[in-house]
Amino acid sequence: MKAPLTTLNPLPPSLHPSISPCSAPAAPDPIAPSLHRSIPPYAPAVGSSVQKLDGAGLVTGTRKFVDDFTAPGMLVGKILTSPHAHARITRIDTRKARALPGVHAVLCYKDLPRVAHTTAGQGFPEPSPYDTFVFDHKVRYVGDRVAAVAAESEGIADAALALIHVEYEILPAILDAKQARLPGAPVIHDEPEARVVIPIEYDPKTNLAGRVRIDVGDLARGLADADLVVTREFKAHYAQHCPLEPHVTLALFDEDGRLVLVTSTQVPFHARRIVAQALQIPLKNIRVIKPRIGGGFGSKQEVFLEQLCAALALAAKRPVKIRYSREDDIARSRTRHEMYVTITLGAKRDGTLTAMGMNVLSNTGAYGAHALTVASNCGSKVLPLYPCANVVFDATVVYTNLPVGGAYRGYGATQSAFAMECALDELAHKLGVDPLAYRQQLHIRSGQTSPIFAKLGEGKAGVQQSIGSCNLEECITRGAAAIGWHEKYKAYISHKSHSGPPHLRRGVGMCTLMQGSSIPEIDMGAASLKMNEDGSFNLLVGATDLGTGSDTILAQIAADVLGVDTTDMLVYSSDTDMTPFDVGAYASSTTYLSGNAVIKTAETIKAQLLRVAAELAGKDSAGAALRDKHVVFADGTRVPFAEIACYALYQKNQFQIAATESYISHVSPPPFSAHFAEVAVDTETGEVNLLKYVAAVDCGAEINPQLARGQTEGAVVNGIGYALCEEFIFDRAGRLITDSFMNYKIPSTRDLPELVTIHVASHEPTGPFGAKSVSEISINGALPAIANAIFNATGARLTDGPFTPERVLNAIRAAHQ
Amino acid sequence: MNINLIVNGTTHALDIAPGARLLDTLRQLGYTSVKFGCGEGTCGSCTVLLDGAVRLACITFTAQVAGRQITTAEGLGTHGHLHPLQQAFLDEGAVQCGYCTPGMLLATKALLDCNPAPSDADITRALDGNRCRCTGYVAILNAVRRAAGRHGEAE
Repeated sequence: MKAPLTTLNPLPPSLHPSISPCSAPAAPDPIAPSLHRSIPPYAPAVGSSVQKLDGAGLVTGTRKFVDDFTAPGMLVGKILTSPHAHARITRIDTRKARALPGVHAVLCYKDLPRVAHTTAGQGFPEPSPYDTFVFDHKVRYVGDRVAAVAAESEGIADAALALIHVEYEILPAILDAKQARLPGAPVIHDEPEARVVIPIEYDPKTNLAGRVRIDVGDLARGLADADLVVTREFKAHYAQHCPLEPHVTLALFDEDGRLVLVTSTQVPFHARRIVAQALQIPLKNIRVIKPRIGGGFGSKQEVFLEQLCAALALAAKRPVKIRYSREDDIARSRTRHEMYVTITLGAKRDGTLTAMGMNVLSNTGAYGAHALTVASNCGSKVLPLYPCANVVFDATVVYTNLPVGGAYRGYGATQSAFAMECALDELAHKLGVDPLAYRQQLHIRSGQTSPIFAKLGEGKAGVQQSIGSCNLEECITRGAAAIGWHEKYKAYISHKSHSGPPHLRRGVGMCTLMQGSSIPEIDMGAASLKMNEDGSFNLLVGATDLGTGSDTILAQIAADVLGVDTTDMLVYSSDTDMTPFDVGAYASSTTYLSGNAVIKTAETIKAQLLRVAAELAGKDSAGAALRDKHVVFADGTRVPFAEIACYALYQKNQFQIAATESYISHVSPPPFSAHFAEVAVDTETGEVNLLKYVAAVDCGAEINPQLARGQTEGAVVNGIGYALCEEFIFDRAGRLITDSFMNYKIPSTRDLPELVTIHVASHEPTGPFGAKSVSEISINGALPAIANAIFNATGARLTDGPFTPERVLNAIRAAHQ
Repeated sequence: MNINLIVNGTTHALDIAPGARLLDTLRQLGYTSVKFGCGEGTCGSCTVLLDGAVRLACITFTAQVAGRQITTAEGLGTHGHLHPLQQAFLDEGAVQCGYCTPGMLLATKALLDCNPAPSDADITRALDGNRCRCTGYVAILNAVRRAAGRHGEAE
């Protein structure tokens, strides 16, 4: 039995005395009615669409996001950023800004310890280079930080920024990833501190931010053996996550002077560690609280605002809040790494794949956040889908003077699946086979393995695994039926079914996908449960609900193990003082990894409950079960949980029924998916009208079907935006022009196709209740499925996105030359 | 300057700066369901109702709306007494992170108050100014259909 958790004292941030959440005066007490709510009878929670536990608080506005917290004496933090893509700061004078009434702190590189670190919120030691400072005397992209102020109002802060005098020595800039490693290219990280902390290939003197290469078999021989070879370069473009809540951090101090960061993060524990490191303050003096989060999609796996906000608060000795503007978030936070991906496929006439080469050039921008690992994922989450004896994967990541890459839902698989799935479509076309049937011939199946799993990890070798569950076959057949593939594919390619004007061509395209579920043998999630007198439980998780509903599904899992209703689980996430460690919400890990941690914890609680109930009832616990908030003994005797809890707390051999358990995974079971798109292309204007989109997903068992469907729908529409309209356009000086929702267009209700999502059942033996991940995979499909549909419609291959009328028209013209 | 601001039926006598934005004024008063998403009227996170019609609080001066009826999500329903719209959003799983939800609810209310039986085109047009990055809108559109008595059925 585990030691009871006597020190746990969860304190919701709203009750923390030094934080004052605003409350709407017109609203009645939001808590009172819920106390009188009747508890519905117990029914199995897992597998049912239990309402989000925070749902009522979100629709009424009582649940708080970071910006909804204030603190007495709170100041506004603002940042001065670089107008130049690459420059050295030769002089900076902050005296006038400091002298402005209402300004309480002004910081630049002269004011803080110079500590190289990475902003990538990853396991420690991180596989991303230490190449970032809170401030530096050099700026490396338009928007890089120069100085920051904390002032009593936004207006004063803006005035103070305008009073900071900066002189720059402008340096030649690299604005094209393909120029980054040419001889004589400017060196972006010429500082001596830039380094890697695990043994990976890194050479900042040649702008190399990371490199990974693996070989399986003999690619040259595989190509020699091939009857047919397809090779093509694709470009996956920059994009930004655009969570509706921009990055925001509130730094304040508790009664003992400890630093408290209320912050919009996916990685509270990594944030605590990185802030301690970057500011050289003891980790124990920092508490990170994650309240409700307004979406992240990977952008909040980056820790770049917390250390700056904390530094301002420490300098001003007052609470400080920094809230990014939309332009800050798009242009100056993190992005999807722009990549050039070259695929080479060799096949026999019968379709057998003999060779598979993937060459990646990834642009990490000015800093190497997730540089190596996103590039590694290009291979590890795509190559195993099609077993092949001869494979080379070679990824190079370069620095440029452009916005910084980072984690973004899909994490490299989005970029490389575009290339792979379009190249495979082309290969099928050249072999004269239906691309759907060709994928059915090639794809990996349950029980099979791939050498890629063992060879390619995150900054090191991977982990050998066999596929425990794969129902891609049914994804393909049911998705095909939903789009009408077999009626449409051949008819469209021969233009037989056109009834409309000749310049409007229809097409269907498809792709198949895989992802992973957590990073094996690296990620860890832990959960704590403790029992209250009424038989309810506090479930404390470091797992970070950022809007996904993970609090709810973790409660469902715990509730089912313990035989209680989900509403008997009081979930609290995440707070580094109160909840156990979890790496956070990334790598499609929460359901799978943290869910397994919750099962382990609940099983330990179950053992405690059975032991206490046996003592209380004087019975043997053999054959006893937990059901409907009772321990039910083999002879039918029922002991209510409330009685067990009171006995344990007050009666005899008193102890707190509580446990904490941790979980790591030795495998990363891939979810699988087949995506289908139907388009109408105007061959005179290049306009693509997406008519219908089908995503069929094998994510294992669904813990909460409604929440799982929401993940798929959200990811698909995000992917559609990426494929059709989201674009970074820079001016010649490297300044991002598309830095607002006015010109960085994300989908709205009027941009939706008919969207069909299909859950295909499978059971992952290592997953909690058979579940795998669902969050990331479905963002990867739109780019290739739509590109392949455009080919089906027009015969033109789109190799770089987004598929704007201009690109489509150019591709059509090129195809018909 | 001194104004009366009427929010969810409660009158607040305020002394505001002439340039104060309605978004900031409401949030300072504690109506934090009104969210900042872009500050330039492009995302709908700050949607409120002004005399029943949709208004973006981030591009509205507080002084402009003195004496008029403002509705925020706090004024729709409360825990245990949810407005049918709020319930429809929960029933359909239309809430993920919840940041856009108050604005979506109010845009929906404005639609249904003047058009109780909207077509799908009416719904997509009415919500076109409200961005959501989590749901892909499918569940939100279903919630509006449900609230309009169509029980989640597309046309």
